Amino acid sequence: MPDYKVLPAGDTALVVEFGETVDRRLSTLVLALAQRLSEVRLEGIIETVPTFRSLMIHYDPLVLRAAALVARIDELMQSLQLSEERGRSWSLPACYDTDVAPDLDDVAARTGLSPAQVVERHSTVTYHVYMLGFLPGQAYMGDLPAELALARREKPRLKIPAGSLAIAATMTCIFPLETPCGWHLIGRSPVSLWQQRGGALLTPGDKVVFNPISLREYESLLAKAAEGALDITPVDASIGAAA
Amino acid sequence: MNPSLRVLAPGLLTTIQDLGRPGHQRLGIPVSGALDPVSLRAANALVGNAPDAGALEVAYVGPTLAVDADDARLSFVGAEAAIEIFPDAAALSGRRVATMRSVRLHWGEVARIGSLSGGAVLYVAVEGGFDIEPVLGSVSTYLRGGLGGWQGRALLAGDRLPLVRDRASDRDDCRLEGLDLRLPTRFRAIAGPQSDYFSEREIASFFDSEYTVCAGSDRMGMQLAGRRLAHARGFNIISDAIAPGSIQVPGSGQPIVLLADRQTTGGYPKIATVISADLPALGRVPIGTKVAFEQVTIEEAYALRRAFLAELDAIPDRIVPLGTGGELSPRLIDLNLISGVVDAQCSSL
Repeated sequence: MPDYKVLPAGDTALVVEFGETVDRRLSTLVLALAQRLSEVRLEGIIETVPTFRSLMIHYDPLVLRAAALVARIDELMQSLQLSEERGRSWSLPACYDTDVAPDLDDVAARTGLSPAQVVERHSTVTYHVYMLGFLPGQAYMGDLPAELALARREKPRLKIPAGSLAIAATMTCIFPLETPCGWHLIGRSPVSLWQQRGGALLTPGDKVVFNPISLREYESLLAKAAEGALDITPVDASIGAAA
Repeated sequence: MNPSLRVLAPGLLTTIQDLGRPGHQRLGIPVSGALDPVSLRAANALVGNAPDAGALEVAYVGPTLAVDADDARLSFVGAEAAIEIFPDAAALSGRRVATMRSVRLHWGEVARIGSLSGGAVLYVAVEGGFDIEPVLGSVSTYLRGGLGGWQGRALLAGDRLPLVRDRASDRDDCRLEGLDLRLPTRFRAIAGPQSDYFSEREIASFFDSEYTVCAGSDRMGMQLAGRRLAHARGFNIISDAIAPGSIQVPGSGQPIVLLADRQTTGGYPKIATVISADLPALGRVPIGTKVAFEQVTIEEAYALRRAFLAELDAIPDRIVPLGTGGELSPRLIDLNLISGVVDAQCSSL
């Protein structure tokens, strides 16, 4: 049975915490527990929110008390299946042209790589979607190759454009909306992770690779996206980014 | 022409809110909804709406609204405000109406809501509600994400908010009696989830201290100033999920209580969490107010929640016909006995 502790978060939520590191093993445990809870459909659970190393459970205490919920979690832990990897696989177009990658040269300088090597390293990894948060649909994807891991910028930008592809520490993100941001901007994707009415494109546990495209391709896909005609589907369902 | 409320002046920050959109936090979508859901429910009850109908949440300074419908019934619940009804947009004098009641306005009439006092928010509900498409099951406005509500934003002058009804029902106007919307000075909270990021002494002194609600507070979080809290283990945690009422302590040591538009996840340790029964009252606390927190156990919080929910259930019983001083007059009782009108109109909402 995995090690975990339960932390109170007021009288309508609690946190099941598996550890204090960001790694795939803990993420797998978090997502497996979320999956089990959604399967057993415990009455009184309102929603669960997976993060890197913990799962928040929102509950209705008049239906399910914390003590009863904790006892049920303990039972589920005994038989938690870690086979996991139910996530879908995605190939997302990413443009690393310096016109849309203001920090690419700086990242190259800080890491001792050439800009082309940064792009190559970034686009050959299959990323795991650890969690969604901060902005609607925003997926935290990891892990970056160790040589690309940088602390955040000393001076956050007050505004970055929607679609910015960015890195910080061991994570990479496409920011779904214009936002203040302290991450390093190494490209732009025409894909919006947040569809105004359709919800989030990615879900925790999904796998993502980035497919480098030229500035021209980027602009053409962006125009398609603006018309609502950029249809991105998981690679196992069809061919990935419709072009 | 489609019935609408026309926005002549938007107020400081007027948004459409209902009871929020839970169920999507795993996708990064905040719950949002009314800062003070008790007042929202009462405003809806006064005009016969369902408790979770969308209404206008007015912050600090109210809007001026013109009725572009045969007539429309509005209600006002929350902070005190001077509300004036003018016969048209050009009129220089109008009649005053009180908050905590409903009022029927006719075509072209204008309701001007002034500055709020004694609270940060006031709710303006309209009978039948706004004809707005819900997003993910809710018409609440999530400002930062530009999601839901009226075009995902606060109202602007010139907006026309479509109404479901083109005229008010014939029921009499009502008022709300005895609902306690005062501001408590102490808010109950449960320690944690990150109580291990603070020494026991620090947690005790947090519950002993008084804080002032600062400018910069908004629908996302209430920024507090007061005794600086020291962290025992640094102020960065691996980002985790945020519960309603979480009190996070960033590097400055000045706590922030996370409210309706709170981000779903965050990377600061949370010293305590305000209990669910006290969150609506917290949501009505204006900038400049002094607040303190009192530690309770989870069992105490459950008991307080039960009492709180019983109060919510009793809101419809607090709706009484206007101008009866609280007691039904013998004449109204007669009317009621004969026709059931009063009962149907006011207490069975």
